Formats: sequence, structure tokens, C-alpha cells
Amino acid sequence: MNSLLPYLITAGIVFTLGIFTIIYKKNAVGVLMGVELVLNSVNLNFIAFARFVDYQLNGQLISIFIIILAAAEAAIALAIILNIYRLKTTVDVTQVSEMKN
Amino acid sequence: MITLALYIWLLPLLAFVIQIFLGKRLPRKGDFISITAIGISYLLSILLFVQMLTNYNPEFYITAAVPWLQVGSFNINMGIYLDNFAIVMLLVVTTVSFWVHIYSIGYMHGDPRYNRFFAYLSLFSFSMLGLVVLDNLFGIFIMWELVGICSYLLIGYYFEKDSAANAGKKAFIVNRVGDFGFLIGLLIVFTTIGSFSLLDVQQGVAQGKLTGGLLTAAGALLFCGAIGKSAQFPLHVWLPDAMEGPTPVSALIHAATMVAAGVYLMARITFMLSFDAMLVVAYTGGFTALFAATIAITQFDIKRVLAYSTISQLGYMIMAIGVGSYTAGFFHLTTHAMFKSGLFLGSGSVIHAMHNAMEKVGVHEDPNDIRLMGGLKNKMPVTYYTFLIFTLAISGIPFFSGFLSKDAILGGTLAFAMSQSNPVHYLLPFFGFTAAIITAFYMFRLVIKTFLGEPQRPDFYKHVHESQKVMTIPLMVLSTLSIFIFYTLPSLNPISAEHGWFEHLIEKPESAVSIQLGHPVLEISEHVAHSAHVNGMLVSIIFALTGIVLAFAFYFWKKVDVEALTGKIKPLYDLSFHKYYFDEIYNATFVRGLLLWNNFLAWFDLKIIDGIVNGSAFITRNFSAFSGLFDLGFIDGIVNGVADITQGIGQRARKIQTGQVQHYILGALAGLVLIMVFVLM
Amino acid sequence: MEMQEILFYAILAFTIFSAAIVAFANKIIYSAFALLFTFIGFAGLYVFLGADFLAVTQIIIYVGGILVLILFGILLTQKIYDLKALAAHNPLFLSLSGGLFVAIILAVILSKNPWFRLVDKALNPTTSAIGKAILTDYLLPFEIASVLLLGALIGAVYLARVEGKKK
Repeated sequence: MNSLLPYLITAGIVFTLGIFTIIYKKNAVGVLMGVELVLNSVNLNFIAFARFVDYQLNGQLISIFIIILAAAEAAIALAIILNIYRLKTTVDVTQVSEMKN
Repeated sequence: MITLALYIWLLPLLAFVIQIFLGKRLPRKGDFISITAIGISYLLSILLFVQMLTNYNPEFYITAAVPWLQVGSFNINMGIYLDNFAIVMLLVVTTVSFWVHIYSIGYMHGDPRYNRFFAYLSLFSFSMLGLVVLDNLFGIFIMWELVGICSYLLIGYYFEKDSAANAGKKAFIVNRVGDFGFLIGLLIVFTTIGSFSLLDVQQGVAQGKLTGGLLTAAGALLFCGAIGKSAQFPLHVWLPDAMEGPTPVSALIHAATMVAAGVYLMARITFMLSFDAMLVVAYTGGFTALFAATIAITQFDIKRVLAYSTISQLGYMIMAIGVGSYTAGFFHLTTHAMFKSGLFLGSGSVIHAMHNAMEKVGVHEDPNDIRLMGGLKNKMPVTYYTFLIFTLAISGIPFFSGFLSKDAILGGTLAFAMSQSNPVHYLLPFFGFTAAIITAFYMFRLVIKTFLGEPQRPDFYKHVHESQKVMTIPLMVLSTLSIFIFYTLPSLNPISAEHGWFEHLIEKPESAVSIQLGHPVLEISEHVAHSAHVNGMLVSIIFALTGIVLAFAFYFWKKVDVEALTGKIKPLYDLSFHKYYFDEIYNATFVRGLLLWNNFLAWFDLKIIDGIVNGSAFITRNFSAFSGLFDLGFIDGIVNGVADITQGIGQRARKIQTGQVQHYILGALAGLVLIMVFVLM
Repeated sequence: MEMQEILFYAILAFTIFSAAIVAFANKIIYSAFALLFTFIGFAGLYVFLGADFLAVTQIIIYVGGILVLILFGILLTQKIYDLKALAAHNPLFLSLSGGLFVAIILAVILSKNPWFRLVDKALNPTTSAIGKAILTDYLLPFEIASVLLLGALIGAVYLARVEGKKK
């Protein structure tokens, strides 16, 4: 609790789980959740470094901007998912391959 | 007194908030809320004014400020600055605003957006009063933009009409041009002096923190804002179109208060105008005064005539500030606010009556057109007599307020020209006096065409009726305020306000530029000023009378055949009738210019670039024809071979693009692994 | 072991456990609720790191905003009880190997640096300091973020609206 390492390990595990989720899920919303996990773990890293290395607020400020970005990204991503669902009545990312070849 | 000023300022805001949210549900659509608020403000302003008169101290001022915005080392204080100047301005604004509110009850009766109209009026009153009482340029700028917004909203009040919506946009965009200059001027002031507060700026300039060319530039750029807002040449084009708004709005915003805000600003910053900046101001104002007056002669829309007249009178005020006749300029602002808002309300009364009469008969023509009027004197006596008083005032006839102020301005320009060595500066009094004669002429043309003579359209003439009490009482009040006596007290001299309270209490602030330079920016001796004043007065009376006689000769006694005369000077007439083609010129230059530039780029792309490409293609083709035979046999073999190989690779590589998002992520991951392996090993 | 420390490790375990549920749950709706607990766990960790403002922001924006969005996304895009469509996942082995790569890289990085030697500092409230920093040093990114949010707002509305329903 008073050292950096537990935080870094937690962040690393959650990051790994996030990447895994992104690859594993077929549901587009699930992929989005994986992205949120990744972003959160990065935030945790930033804040932990701000506390134990930087001794300043810069890390916290950057994570604020990351939260803002995540909010914007979630809104846009869900709008896109809704649109895809309307067009193809599915949210399975493996079924969406218009960009093939 | 500060508290009083705060109440005066903030009450209309309260009314606005109540009106905009609850107005629709209140009885009478809530008009009484706006009227009560502005009424209380009016009473409090009178109270302030009485206090000022009992003090009777030209040096009086009072100020209070609180920190408003603090970010790091960046500080802006917001506060109230009250001096005699601001108190008089407060009274002017609340007077006109209050009577316009009353008038609107009648004029806007039955309008579907009645409550919104009153809400906007309240918002406007709040912003305009704020512009008057705030102590710093930044606050003034905020309020300046707010009055611009209100103007936009109210010009486009009948937004179902395209012309009204466009007029609103035009006013807003043209004002942007001016405000851009204002903003840059503000930035110059802030970066050099480090404060927006008027008192700090004054001290800063006196201490020489802002000097030379930059000082002139700052003055001229701040003046840009005034050019936009006070509709001076060359940004005057929006004001005539602004007449699309309801007439009370024209009276309040586009005659008495908002357009005078530019003059107010120039008066406020007059201490920081260098001589060159003053010349710019004076010539812009003088030219506008003459220029707009010449347009007003030929217009047929009653409100447009008044609009051009407003531009012309604003030109007078700006010119007065420019030649250092600070008091005269502000004096004209005050008297002009009374009689010009009266003129607009009078024209509104006429339009209202015409509109109702036309509706009754079923005629669908423009109720603003003076060619359809005539003889209204018998039908609308109150409107006629008040309108006549206002007209006499604006024409500069003794015993009326306009004479006192206009005469002071003309005397001021004459004194300025006399004390300068360069004879070119006699152009300024020339502008002023010529505009004076034309003003008298077109104003009486308007009166004769509207109220005197024979009815032009007997079909609906008999249905014209005098307006309701609620509309005529404001006219009577404002016409009373156009009598000389309110401005000359305690002396009763009808032809000079020299010993009146106004000239005593409103004193030109000491020029900070003079202190900085160590010598006066502008030196006009007592003697010159006096002789200019006397001469100017005589000439201006003669000119005004000449203008009136000419108007009667042309339009009443018909001594001169107007049709024949216009035929003879057709080009000049057309020039004036089409407002010197300014709208067309702006359309042709700025709007079309942009389109032309685009077209040019398109043409350049099509002809030149494509030409080069095609030309080189042509040459290459001919060259190829010769070498073709050789190519076919030998080179093609190699080329085709290479192409075949590439295509083959491409065909196989295309398979990598699966279109599956997750495959791409795996790819990215693989890349990451490779990089990390490379870095970590 | 102090009470505080026990709590800390409990939260750590809780966070990781919920994140694992997010990753492995069969039904997407379970993942969504597990994500909720993950976010809350993160907020708790932020508190331990002395980032009070961020902890609150985390709760408000992630739990209150993004998670609700995600739930709406799930509700709007499928029938929740349609198990066949939901249980489908990509091959587990491929996904696990991808995750494994990441885990190995992170582990190598962690082990190669002497981060655990660093010392702690005192806990201070950060809200006002963040406010000042945002309006001074970070003013530009702050403004850009506001523009970004506006763009995202308009874009999301544009993308999600139903076309062809004009009166």
C-alpha cells in the first residue's frame, strides 16, 4: 500500500485482461468494455507514478484527460455500434467484414 | 449611490429572467413585469439625477470594484464607475426605454410572441445600462456584445420574414467586423497597461506606458468598434436594414441607445485619443454625417429616411468627439435620443394606423411608403404635432433642443478648423453645415409628404385613425423633452446652453495624452471658440431655414417640378436612391470576391494544371508512338513480367485484410511483441 | 498487518477478480455488471493514492456515465435471453496467447526496473490544485478536450439518429 509495485502489478493484470477481452469477445460492446479496462489500468499507472515518482499533479491531470477521452470514445463507439446493429441486426464483430480484401 | 446604480442596472435583468421563463403563463403575458422593472430603474435614475443636480459638482465621481476574474497573475476587476456623464446617460437610457416599453403595449398588442418581445427589451435595457455603469473596458465589451445580441434578436423578431432574418444576420456580421478592431484595441491596451479599468488606463497613458503609434492604433482600433455599432461609414449598411424590426425597437435600439453606444465609448476613451486618432474619428464622423444625409433625401420608406438621418446625426456626434467638442457630442447624444426616438415612435404610430386602415380595406401594400400617405394631419393630430416638434428639433430651429446641441457641434468643428494651420480641416465644418441644410430639407420633405397636402390614397384614407392613448402619451412626453428649457436651466436663453446645467456638469476629462506629451493635444483658445460659436450659430440658423423653405418649395407649394428635376440629375438621383450602391458594392467585392476567387482556383485547376498535364501527355504520347514499336517487343516483356509478379503478390497479400477488427489487434500485438523483444534483448 | 492494509489488498483482489469476470463471463450483461465493480475498485485504489478528486470523477463519469451508456448499448442491440448469440466467443486459445504475450512483456518491464524502492509522500487534498493547474498550465488541453467533447456529442447524435423520418 505504501509502495509502487502492488499498483503496477494490478494495473498490469487488468491491462492484460483488457487486451484479452478485446480479442476474446465477439460482441462489439464487449470489445468496448475491454477498451475501458485498458484505459482504466493506464489511468491507475499514471496516478501511481504521480504519487510515487513525480510528486506532482501532472499524472492526475493526464488521467483526467484520459477520462474525458474515454467518455467521448464510449459515446461515439456506442453510436457506431447502434448504427451497425440497425444496418446488419448484429453486433458480432466477426460478422462485420466490409473492409475485407 | 453605487447601490442605486446597481439596482438600476440589475432590475431589468431580473425582469428578463422572469419573463423568459414564466412570461407566457403570467396574466397579460407578463408585460407589467418588464415595465415595473424599467419603471423603478427610471425613478431611481431620476433620483440619482436630482442628487447630481443638488451636488452641482463637475468633478464628481464615485467608483467601487470587486475582483471578478483571477487566474494566476491575470486579474480583472469588475466595478461601477459613476460620474455626471454616466448619470445623465443612465437617465437618457431609462427615459427612452421606459416610454418605449409603454408604447409597445399598444404597438405590439396581439403579437403572438408578446412576452418574448418584452423579455428582449428587458435584456437590452440591462445590457445597455451595464455598458453605461461599468468601470472597465472589458465589462463594456461584454455588455457591448450583449446589446449586439439583443439587436440581432429584435431585428429578426419577425423571423418568418426572410428579409427580417437576413437583416438580423447582416447587422450581426457587419458588427463583427467592427468588434474585431475593438478586441484588438482592447488587447493592445491590456498588454501595455495591464488593466482594463478606465481609471488605470487613464493613469497608464498619462505615465507613458502606451505611446506614439501604438497609442494612435489603440484609439483607432477601439474606434472601429464604434464604427460598427454606431453605423459609421463604411460599416453603415446594417442600420437601414435593421428597420425590419418592430418600430419600438428601432426607436429604442437603433435610434436612441445602442447606436449611441459607439459615441458613448468614444467619449469614455476620449482621454486616450492622440491627435491622429482624433483626426480619423472626426473625418469618419463628418463624412458619414454628409454622406448619409444625401441618401436620406431620396428614400420613400418612412423608417429608412429616419434610419439614414440617424446615421447622419451619429456622424455629427462622432465628429464632435473627434474635434474635441466632447460636451457638445454628448449633448447631441442626449437631445438626439429624445427627438429621434420620438420620431421613430411617431412613424410607428403612422405605420400602425396605415396598416390597420389597409387591412380594413383589404389593400396589401407597404404601410411604410410615404408615397401612399399625405394629409394625415387631420386624422392624426397628436402624432402630427409631436412629429413636427421632433422635426423642428432635428432641423436645428431655435427654442428646440436639437438646435442647442447641433449648434454646439458646428461651433466646435469651426473652432477646430480655425485653430489648425492646415486649411484642409475646413472640410469638417463644411461637412457639418452642408449636412445641416440637407437634414432640414429631408426632414420637412418627410413631414410634408406624410402629414400635409392631399391624401394620396383616398381608398383607405378614411379608415386612418389616431393611435391609442398608450402610444400617444410617450410621444407627448418625448416631445416635451425636446424643448430647449430642459437643457438650458437655470438660464432661460433659448439659443445657447452655455450657462445651462449640462455644459456646467459635463466637463471634458483631462486628456491623458496631453499629460504624457507635456503639451496639449489640441489647443483651442477661448476667443476662437467663442467667435466660432457665434458665427456657427448664425450660419446654422440660416441654413436650417433655407433647408425648410426649399422643402416647402419642392413638395408643398410645388414651385419646383420635382419629377423634372430628378429627371435632369438622374445619375445623381439614382446614386442617392440606391444608397451609393454600397450593398451592391459589398456584394460584388467581399461576397462575390470570395466566390470569384474560388471560381478562379477551379478554372486554374481545370485549364492551367490540366493543360500542363494534358500537354505533357500529348508530348509523351507522340514520343511514345516512336518508341512504341521498340517497347512492344522488348521492354513490355520485362514490364509485364514485373507487373505480373506484383499482381500475384498483391492477390495473395490481399488475403491478409480480413476485415476483422480483432485480427488487426492481434497484428498490432505481434508488432508490439517484436518491438519489445528487440528493445529488451 | 494493519486494518488499512488489509482493506487495500482486499480492494486489489476485488478489482482484479471483477476484471477477470468482465473478461471471462459468458453473458455480456454479466460482464457489464462486473465492469461496474471494477470501476468502483479503481476508485478505491485512487483514494489510497491520495487522488480524491479523481476517485470522485471516476465514480461519476465511469459508473454514472460510461457504464450506463454501455448498458444502454447492450439493451438496445440485442435480446438479453438469446443465449446462443451471446455465448459465442473467439477461440479461447488464440485470445489467451495474445493476453499471455502482453503479460510477459509487462512482467519483463516490471522486473527490469527498481521501482519498488521509491518512497511515499504525504496525502493532500488535490481538488483545488487540479482546478488551478487546469486553468493555467493545462488550459490548452482543457479547451481542446471541451471541443473534443462537443464534437463527440454532435457526432454521436448524428450517427445514432434515425434517418428518413422527416415530417
